[in-house]
Amino acid sequence: MAHLSLLVLVVIITALAFDFTNGFHDTANAMATSIATGALRPKVAVLISGVLNLVGAFLSTKVAQTISSGIVNDRLATPAIIFAGLVGAILWNLATWLLGLPSSSSHALFGGLIGAVWVGAGVNAVHFEQVISKILLPAVASPVIAGIAAMLATYLAYRISWRAAQGPVTSGFRHGQTISASLVSLAHGTNDAQKTMGVITLTLISTGALAAGSAPPFWVIAAAGLAIGLGTYAGGWRIIRTMGNRLTDIAAPQGFAAEASSTAVILSSANLGFALSTTHVVAGSVLGSGLGRRLAQVRWSVAGQMALAWLLTLPAAAAVGAVAAAVAVRGTLGVVVIGLVALAGAVAVYALSRRAPVTAQNVNDDLLPVGARRPLLGAVT
Amino acid sequence: MHIDWNALGEVAVVSIGVAVGVVVIFTLGVLALSHRETGPDRGGNGSIALTGALLCFAACTAIVLYGIYLIVPALHP
Repeated sequence: MAHLSLLVLVVIITALAFDFTNGFHDTANAMATSIATGALRPKVAVLISGVLNLVGAFLSTKVAQTISSGIVNDRLATPAIIFAGLVGAILWNLATWLLGLPSSSSHALFGGLIGAVWVGAGVNAVHFEQVISKILLPAVASPVIAGIAAMLATYLAYRISWRAAQGPVTSGFRHGQTISASLVSLAHGTNDAQKTMGVITLTLISTGALAAGSAPPFWVIAAAGLAIGLGTYAGGWRIIRTMGNRLTDIAAPQGFAAEASSTAVILSSANLGFALSTTHVVAGSVLGSGLGRRLAQVRWSVAGQMALAWLLTLPAAAAVGAVAAAVAVRGTLGVVVIGLVALAGAVAVYALSRRAPVTAQNVNDDLLPVGARRPLLGAVT
Repeated sequence: MHIDWNALGEVAVVSIGVAVGVVVIFTLGVLALSHRETGPDRGGNGSIALTGALLCFAACTAIVLYGIYLIVPALHP
């Protein structure tokens, strides 16, 4: 650990920056439905979620090992290439956050890395079989499974409780939601913080600071956990609004059913070492819970925009990562140029977001009637 | 290319089963509680409804604890 070059340090900081965007991009996954139904006050929700993400980071490092030795060839990925991949992932995450689109942070990361490795180290350094079986297949299957589970669960919850007094029922489900949402946060911490750990570990392995196949050292786990926890606490209010209010209208029983389904899918597949996207799972659950209550409750235009963003995430991040890699591998100057471009991009996105800020105060002010259409860009322009 | 369809099917069956199971049990618990507060036998002690509710919530708690057990690898080496 004695000789970390400046470049490696830059990569580690960039990886933590990505982890931070991963946090606020995904707060919605655990907390959007609880905030939408009033089960938790917005500030309380992000605090619980942030803390549990931090805790979760310490609990498991299984997926971190999958990433650094599976998707790309460890020995061919240089720090400059990894840096380029991270830049691709961060820029795509910021852009989708600005639009309030809950796209997958995992796919952004994998896309960025794949594009950068492809350009920087050749196409053979990308393990496409792993990409398909460990990333694409779960990405397609997991939202469908979560959606079916949430739809059935929601339907039954309403079927069983429809004659009971609504007051006690709603309050019961709200209490249930605080627990199910906490479990999603914990599972998210064990899944997503590990991706950054995986990337930092990969960098350290590529420079010889760690032996190939090493587990992440303690300081990496702590730093990654803190970054994602703080990001989560920052609260991606734009995405929370989309997931909690725009996709469908969520009442307490639906929120509980959706979160229970998400947790079940995330936990059962985490056992197989899939680098699952919690975003896809939760969106599938939320959509399913809308279908289970009444078929017309889902705003398909929003769902369509989300699906489009999912399809674009991996290739778009890969494209940015590839361009960044083409410049960054040329040497220190290349890395500096890409770093400055990324910083400028981040500042620009932040400036644009200030035009129509979404905060803990107004996150729920957006309850449109079902069937109403509003382009997601409307809030920004 | 190797895709483990069995594992995928297992994930599907287990997660749908568990999710639906938990929600149904929890809903029954909530229902029992609400009967105790507002049901036809209000004014009685409602002990049957209360026992039922507690059983349901205990089952849910057990499932949640099992979920935490699954999340923490240190618990199952």
